[in-house]
Amino acid sequence: MSADKPNKPDAGNDDVIKDVTSGEYKYGFVSDIDTDVIPRGLSEEVIRLISAKKQEPEWLLEFRLAAYRHWLTLEMPRWAHLDIPPIDYQAISYYAAPRKKEGPKSLDEVDPELLETFDKLGIPLAEQKMLSGMAVDAVMDSVSVKTTHKEKLAQLGIIFCSFSEAVRDYPDLVRRYLGKVVSYRDNFFAALNSAVFSDGSFVYIPKGVRCPMELSTYFRINASGTGQFERTLIVADDDSYVSYLEGCTAPMRDENQLHAAIVEIIVEDRAEVKYSTVQNWYAGDKDGRGGVYNFVTKRGLCRGDYSKLSWTQVETGSAITWKYPGCILKGEGSVGEFYSVAVTRNRQQADTGTKMIHLGRNTRSTIVSKGISAGHSQNSYRGLVKVAPGADGCRNYTQCDSLLLGPDCGAHTFPYIDVMNDTAVVEHEATTSKISEDQVFYCNQRGIPTEEAIGLIVNGYAKEVMNKLPMEFAVEAQKLLQISLEGSVG
Amino acid sequence: MQDMLLDIKDLHASIDGKEILKGINLQVRDGEVHAIMGPNGSGKSTLSMVLAGAPGYEVTGGSVDFHGKQLLDLSPEDRSHEGLFLSFQYPVEIPGVTMVNFMRAAVNEKRKYFNEAPLSASDFLKLMRQKRAIVELDNKLASRSVNEGFSGGEKKRNEIFQMAMLEPRLAILDETDSGLDIDALRIVAGGVNTLKTDRNATIVITHYQRLLDYIKPDFVHVLYKGRIIRTGGPELALELEERGYDWLKEEVDAK
Repeated sequence: MSADKPNKPDAGNDDVIKDVTSGEYKYGFVSDIDTDVIPRGLSEEVIRLISAKKQEPEWLLEFRLAAYRHWLTLEMPRWAHLDIPPIDYQAISYYAAPRKKEGPKSLDEVDPELLETFDKLGIPLAEQKMLSGMAVDAVMDSVSVKTTHKEKLAQLGIIFCSFSEAVRDYPDLVRRYLGKVVSYRDNFFAALNSAVFSDGSFVYIPKGVRCPMELSTYFRINASGTGQFERTLIVADDDSYVSYLEGCTAPMRDENQLHAAIVEIIVEDRAEVKYSTVQNWYAGDKDGRGGVYNFVTKRGLCRGDYSKLSWTQVETGSAITWKYPGCILKGEGSVGEFYSVAVTRNRQQADTGTKMIHLGRNTRSTIVSKGISAGHSQNSYRGLVKVAPGADGCRNYTQCDSLLLGPDCGAHTFPYIDVMNDTAVVEHEATTSKISEDQVFYCNQRGIPTEEAIGLIVNGYAKEVMNKLPMEFAVEAQKLLQISLEGSVG
Repeated sequence: MQDMLLDIKDLHASIDGKEILKGINLQVRDGEVHAIMGPNGSGKSTLSMVLAGAPGYEVTGGSVDFHGKQLLDLSPEDRSHEGLFLSFQYPVEIPGVTMVNFMRAAVNEKRKYFNEAPLSASDFLKLMRQKRAIVELDNKLASRSVNEGFSGGEKKRNEIFQMAMLEPRLAILDETDSGLDIDALRIVAGGVNTLKTDRNATIVITHYQRLLDYIKPDFVHVLYKGRIIRTGGPELALELEERGYDWLKEEVDAK
């Protein structure tokens, strides 16, 4: 063995893997669409106006008002590892809708500009593209603009529609489940959402039905000065299965836009729900101007015995991400999973993770979190694993990895473990690593340029999570990881 | 006479301001095998890293002509595309990146450089099957992460496999024999010999004569204190094996 391998200083790393500079956000365009926007500000009157515009039943208005009154008593929580500038809730418009007369009956009635917007985003709304085997609900600003494949799904008894339609057509179902997993009392943003939510998606899978296609909602913020407050409610009845995908983009704007959504999922006996998110809201420019504040409450209740809920998320966008998709494992032998890749660069901040609440006996949960930080970003994993006193035989496995690109970013881990039952087995593993200069040079020597090499290495690092995504999303998500790290090397 | 492939003139290079290469001159023609030997710390690995364009090495003088291109002006990846291959002394592990993805990226980047369309998945897999047979790697190779969990011998075989995939004009084998048992050594050397044509060349950097029993050099150079102090035929390697380096060192140090 030869000893003339040089001792390279660690600082050399920082020259190769340097700050993020200017990866382009390719969804940053604004569509010129005639939009109905209500005046900025929040009051009971505004809530009544939203409810009236949506021709909602009285009980829903009461729900909103109760949430609003509760919200007024709350203060913005400060416990996250995030630096959030003050938000002026009176400066936001709480309702913006592409203007239309009636709901579109066919695609011909949909504003062509709107179709073009979704075309640009690669979302198949046009009938000829429907063969792609994915049912899509597209939400622009506050309302759902088009849901595809509805008829085909209806034959199986599956309901997949916008939240507003669900309120109109299936009021009993909505009323039975709304707010049952995420109460408006849950937190500040849940209360705000419950007061002003405008639309979203509703899914109901009847007993014994395996949904034959991926259901997908595509969220787009377009109008300026607005917030987006959508709700998703998914109910999987006994022995059913559904895979649900969620994608998000927004135009590039200098101002910050607020997105405060709620996702509620109920999983009954032996049913399974897979919920996948590729979140790519506009993240702000490299100096941290603009970008979406993504403050979301997502939770599922595995109510049934042997039910299963799996969250997979790829988070690359948003100036600030603050969310903890969780599972309440109530049914005996129910299973919760959380697979996450969170990428932060430039001045992005993320505080994300999960909550696994073991209430039932023999419940199991798996958490795999992969954080990737570049530039001057801050990336935190925060997770709670709780085992209730009566929950015998529970298991949790948590793996929490951080990858650092460059010297100025931060990765943090805040695991909370609260076990009240001594039969539980709870494991936690954590690692922190850097992409080494040697790895990049090895790729270079084989002809792979540095940017591609970083993309390859990062995708390799995140593979465990990427493998959990449905095929349709996996390719997109892989490209996204590559794009969002473009320019992250010097 | 064969065409000149690599022409190194008075190459100087340093690390952290300390000069390691102090004027290297070396000419390699197509079809030739050159062995570079020398005691520890003489600059053998530095020479290979400088030629491949590794970061952290500063070229302070001299020139390197590589079949008509100024090698030192090219990025590391372009040096690779132009046909320079380095079999690393310590191949690095890249967790999660499968060999199939890694090699497909490498092969297709090279094709892109020459304005060729990427290989189809089936053609690529076929190529991979062919080439891994040369170094007797099994079909699990494709799905294994780059060098992760590979034994020392597998890592070196994997290097030669990559060389087979990329078909370089010039392969530099940096201490490829270190850590190999005799069987692995035979497989690795067999692979290198299989890939040898009269349109490529090999530089074998080694500490011991052992590898040269399997890969027959046309020239043997002795590197010491950043300079080539002696060049000869295969018999020089045998002489070194017998007498060690001290007699050569003494000659140089006496000056």
